[in-house]
Amino acid sequence: MTKLLYFSWVRERIGLASEERDIPAEITSVEQFLNWLSQQGDQYENALTDAASLRVALDQTHVTADAPLNGAREIAIFPPMTGG
Amino acid sequence: MSDHPVKISIQQEQFDIQAETEFLVKKSPNAGALVSFSGICRADDTLSALELEHYPGMAESQIQKIVDEALAKWPIQGALVIHRVGKIAVGETIVLVAVTSAHRHAAFDGANFIMDFLKSRAPFWKKEYLAEGGEGSWVDAKESDEDALSRWDQNADRTNS
Repeated sequence: MTKLLYFSWVRERIGLASEERDIPAEITSVEQFLNWLSQQGDQYENALTDAASLRVALDQTHVTADAPLNGAREIAIFPPMTGG
Repeated sequence: MSDHPVKISIQQEQFDIQAETEFLVKKSPNAGALVSFSGICRADDTLSALELEHYPGMAESQIQKIVDEALAKWPIQGALVIHRVGKIAVGETIVLVAVTSAHRHAAFDGANFIMDFLKSRAPFWKKEYLAEGGEGSWVDAKESDEDALSRWDQNADRTNS
Protein backbone atom coordinates (compact mmCIF):
# COMPACT_ATOMS: atom_id res chain seq x y z
CA MET A 1 0.00 0.00 0.00
CA THR A 2 1.14 3.51 -0.79
CA LYS A 3 0.09 6.52 1.22
CA LEU A 4 -1.26 9.30 -0.98
CA LEU A 5 -1.46 12.86 0.32
CA TYR A 6 -3.33 15.77 -1.26
CA PHE A 7 -3.00 19.46 -0.44
CA SER A 8 -4.71 22.76 -1.22
CA TRP A 9 -7.22 22.61 -4.07
CA VAL A 10 -6.12 19.10 -5.02
CA ARG A 11 -7.32 17.99 -1.56
CA GLU A 12 -10.57 19.94 -1.93
CA ARG A 13 -11.36 18.59 -5.40
CA ILE A 14 -10.59 14.96 -4.52
CA GLY A 15 -12.43 15.39 -1.21
CA LEU A 16 -9.73 13.62 0.81
CA ALA A 17 -6.54 14.72 2.61
CA SER A 18 -4.98 11.27 2.38
CA GLU A 19 -5.69 7.66 1.51
CA GLU A 20 -3.93 4.31 1.05
CA ARG A 21 -3.87 2.73 -2.40
CA ASP A 22 -2.42 -0.27 -4.17
CA ILE A 23 -0.67 1.07 -7.23
CA PRO A 24 -0.55 -1.46 -10.10
CA ALA A 25 2.94 -2.83 -10.76
CA GLU A 26 2.94 -1.56 -14.35
CA ILE A 27 2.74 2.05 -13.14
CA THR A 28 6.41 3.00 -12.83
CA SER A 29 6.68 6.78 -13.35
CA VAL A 30 5.10 9.84 -11.79
CA GLU A 31 3.43 10.67 -15.10
CA GLN A 32 1.88 7.21 -15.38
CA PHE A 33 0.77 7.39 -11.76
CA LEU A 34 -1.04 10.73 -12.28
CA ASN A 35 -2.69 9.36 -15.38
CA TRP A 36 -3.80 6.21 -13.54
CA LEU A 37 -5.07 8.13 -10.51
CA SER A 38 -7.08 10.51 -12.71
CA GLN A 39 -9.07 7.47 -13.91
CA GLN A 40 -10.18 6.51 -10.39
CA GLY A 41 -13.33 8.65 -10.43
CA ASP A 42 -14.78 11.99 -11.46
CA GLN A 43 -13.31 13.89 -8.53
CA TYR A 44 -9.82 12.55 -9.37
CA GLU A 45 -10.21 13.47 -13.01
CA ASN A 46 -11.37 16.95 -11.98
CA ALA A 47 -8.43 17.43 -9.61
CA LEU A 48 -5.72 16.04 -11.88
CA THR A 49 -6.83 17.17 -15.32
CA ASP A 50 -4.29 19.98 -15.58
CA ALA A 51 -1.05 18.06 -15.02
CA ALA A 52 1.09 21.14 -15.74
CA SER A 53 -0.25 22.86 -12.64
CA LEU A 54 0.48 19.90 -10.35
CA ARG A 55 3.59 19.23 -8.28
CA VAL A 56 4.54 15.83 -6.89
CA ALA A 57 6.75 14.77 -3.99
CA LEU A 58 7.92 11.18 -3.46
CA ASP A 59 8.72 10.43 0.17
CA GLN A 60 8.76 14.19 0.81
CA THR A 61 11.21 15.06 -2.00
CA HIS A 62 10.20 17.17 -5.01
CA VAL A 63 10.29 15.24 -8.31
CA THR A 64 9.46 15.87 -11.97
CA ALA A 65 6.83 14.00 -13.99
CA ASP A 66 9.40 11.71 -15.64
CA ALA A 67 10.80 10.53 -12.28
CA PRO A 68 10.47 6.79 -11.50
CA LEU A 69 8.20 5.93 -8.57
CA ASN A 70 10.94 3.67 -7.18
CA GLY A 71 8.65 2.08 -4.64
CA ALA A 72 7.91 5.36 -2.86
CA ARG A 73 5.90 4.80 0.32
CA GLU A 74 4.37 8.28 0.34
CA ILE A 75 3.25 10.25 -2.72
CA ALA A 76 2.01 13.81 -2.32
CA ILE A 77 0.19 15.84 -5.00
CA PHE A 78 -0.26 19.59 -4.72
CA PRO A 79 -0.37 22.84 -6.71
CA PRO A 80 2.68 25.16 -6.96
CA MET A 81 3.62 26.33 -3.47
CA THR A 82 2.70 29.78 -2.17
CA GLY A 83 4.43 30.08 1.19
CA GLY A 84 6.29 32.97 2.72
CA MET B 1 27.42 22.66 10.37
CA SER B 2 26.26 21.69 13.80
CA ASP B 3 28.00 24.65 15.42
CA HIS B 4 25.58 27.04 13.69
CA PRO B 5 22.55 27.99 15.75
CA VAL B 6 19.53 27.14 13.58
CA LYS B 7 15.90 27.31 14.63
CA ILE B 8 13.06 26.22 12.38
CA SER B 9 9.51 26.39 13.63
CA ILE B 10 6.15 25.89 11.96
CA GLN B 11 3.45 27.02 14.33
CA GLN B 12 -0.05 28.44 14.62
CA GLU B 13 0.77 30.87 17.41
CA GLN B 14 1.91 34.42 16.91
CA PHE B 15 5.45 35.14 18.07
CA ASP B 16 7.60 37.99 19.38
CA ILE B 17 9.95 39.09 16.59
CA GLN B 18 12.21 41.05 18.93
CA ALA B 19 12.59 38.17 21.42
CA GLU B 20 13.24 35.68 18.62
CA THR B 21 15.92 37.77 16.88
CA GLU B 22 17.60 38.73 20.17
CA PHE B 23 17.82 35.05 21.06
CA LEU B 24 19.45 34.32 17.69
CA VAL B 25 22.01 37.10 18.23
CA LYS B 26 22.77 35.77 21.72
CA LYS B 27 23.38 32.32 20.22
CA SER B 28 25.73 33.84 17.60
CA PRO B 29 28.57 35.21 19.75
CA ASN B 30 30.66 36.49 16.83
CA ALA B 31 27.82 38.14 14.95
CA GLY B 32 28.32 41.68 13.77
CA ALA B 33 25.21 41.68 11.62
CA LEU B 34 21.60 40.60 11.92
CA VAL B 35 19.24 40.76 8.95
CA SER B 36 15.61 39.85 9.48
CA PHE B 37 12.66 39.76 7.11
CA SER B 38 9.04 39.60 8.24
CA GLY B 39 6.26 38.71 5.82
CA ILE B 40 2.97 40.27 6.87
CA CYS B 41 -0.60 39.53 5.87
CA ARG B 42 -1.19 42.60 3.69
CA ALA B 43 -4.31 44.73 4.06
CA ASP B 44 -6.40 44.64 0.93
CA ASP B 45 -9.91 45.93 0.19
CA THR B 46 -11.38 42.49 -0.22
CA LEU B 47 -9.25 40.38 2.12
CA SER B 48 -9.97 39.64 5.79
CA ALA B 49 -7.57 36.79 6.49
CA LEU B 50 -5.33 34.14 4.99
CA GLU B 51 -5.28 30.48 5.82
CA LEU B 52 -1.95 28.71 5.50
CA GLU B 53 -1.85 24.97 4.84
CA HIS B 54 1.39 22.97 4.96
CA TYR B 55 2.76 19.47 4.43
CA PRO B 56 3.94 18.44 7.91
CA GLY B 57 7.34 16.82 7.83
CA MET B 58 8.25 17.91 4.32
CA ALA B 59 7.83 21.60 5.19
CA GLU B 60 10.37 21.31 8.03
CA SER B 61 12.82 19.23 5.97
CA GLN B 62 12.61 21.57 2.96
CA ILE B 63 13.31 24.61 5.13
CA GLN B 64 16.24 22.78 6.73
CA LYS B 65 17.58 22.00 3.27
CA ILE B 66 17.28 25.65 2.19
CA VAL B 67 19.03 26.83 5.37
CA ASP B 68 21.81 24.25 4.84
CA GLU B 69 22.33 25.55 1.30
CA ALA B 70 22.60 29.11 2.61
CA LEU B 71 25.09 27.98 5.27
CA ALA B 72 27.19 26.31 2.57
CA LYS B 73 27.07 29.37 0.30
CA TRP B 74 27.84 32.22 2.72
CA PRO B 75 29.76 32.65 6.00
CA ILE B 76 26.53 32.75 7.99
CA GLN B 77 26.58 32.16 11.72
CA GLY B 78 22.98 31.44 12.60
CA ALA B 79 19.56 31.27 10.99
CA LEU B 80 16.00 31.39 12.17
CA VAL B 81 12.86 30.56 10.19
CA ILE B 82 9.42 30.77 11.79
CA HIS B 83 6.47 30.09 9.48
CA ARG B 84 2.92 30.27 10.73
CA VAL B 85 0.06 28.05 9.60
CA GLY B 86 -3.68 28.20 10.10
CA LYS B 87 -5.77 31.36 10.04
CA ILE B 88 -3.78 34.61 9.88
CA ALA B 89 -5.53 37.98 10.12
CA VAL B 90 -4.57 41.10 8.16
CA GLY B 91 -1.62 42.79 9.86
CA GLU B 92 -0.29 39.63 11.48
CA THR B 93 3.14 38.21 10.70
CA ILE B 94 3.17 35.09 8.51
CA VAL B 95 6.88 34.40 8.33
CA LEU B 96 10.13 35.53 9.94
CA VAL B 97 13.55 34.82 8.44
CA ALA B 98 16.60 36.06 10.35
CA VAL B 99 20.28 35.48 9.68
CA THR B 100 23.41 36.47 11.64
CA SER B 101 26.94 36.81 10.27
CA ALA B 102 30.18 38.59 11.08
CA HIS B 103 29.60 41.19 8.35
CA ARG B 104 26.47 42.44 6.66
CA HIS B 105 26.67 40.99 3.12
CA ALA B 106 26.41 37.34 4.15
CA ALA B 107 23.42 38.11 6.37
CA PHE B 108 21.63 40.13 3.67
CA ASP B 109 22.30 37.55 0.95
CA GLY B 110 21.53 34.58 3.19
CA ALA B 111 18.18 35.97 4.37
CA ASN B 112 17.23 36.94 0.81
CA PHE B 113 18.15 33.49 -0.53
CA ILE B 114 16.25 31.63 2.22
CA MET B 115 13.16 33.79 1.65
CA ASP B 116 13.23 33.30 -2.14
CA PHE B 117 13.42 29.51 -1.83
CA LEU B 118 10.87 29.42 0.96
CA LYS B 119 8.33 31.05 -1.37
CA SER B 120 8.34 28.37 -4.03
CA ARG B 121 10.11 25.28 -2.65
CA ALA B 122 8.64 24.87 0.82
CA PRO B 123 5.23 23.14 0.80
CA PHE B 124 2.87 25.86 2.04
CA TRP B 125 -0.33 27.07 0.36
CA LYS B 126 -2.32 30.23 1.00
CA LYS B 127 -6.08 30.57 0.84
CA GLU B 128 -7.74 33.98 0.93
CA TYR B 129 -10.79 34.78 3.06
CA LEU B 130 -12.89 37.72 1.91
CA ALA B 131 -13.99 40.71 3.97
CA GLU B 132 -17.55 40.27 2.70
CA GLY B 133 -17.60 36.81 4.25
CA GLY B 134 -17.11 33.31 3.04
CA GLU B 135 -14.12 31.55 1.64
CA GLY B 136 -12.11 33.09 -1.13
CA SER B 137 -9.79 31.15 -3.33
CA TRP B 138 -6.34 29.63 -3.31
CA VAL B 139 -3.57 32.09 -4.10
CA ASP B 140 -1.85 31.30 -7.41
CA ALA B 141 1.90 30.96 -7.50
CA LYS B 142 3.58 33.94 -9.17
CA GLU B 143 5.97 33.50 -12.05
CA SER B 144 8.09 36.28 -10.54
CA ASP B 145 8.69 34.05 -7.50
CA GLU B 146 10.00 31.30 -9.75
CA ASP B 147 12.17 33.83 -11.62
CA ALA B 148 13.59 35.00 -8.29
CA LEU B 149 15.18 31.58 -7.85
CA SER B 150 17.08 31.57 -11.13
CA ARG B 151 19.07 34.67 -10.25
CA TRP B 152 20.82 32.71 -7.47
CA ASP B 153 22.24 30.29 -10.08
CA GLN B 154 23.96 33.09 -11.97
CA ASN B 155 24.95 34.85 -8.79
CA ALA B 156 27.47 32.13 -7.86
CA ASP B 157 29.19 32.34 -4.55
CA ARG B 158 29.85 35.86 -3.50
CA THR B 159 32.38 35.89 -0.79
CA ASN B 160 32.09 39.02 1.14
CA SER B 161 33.54 41.25 3.74
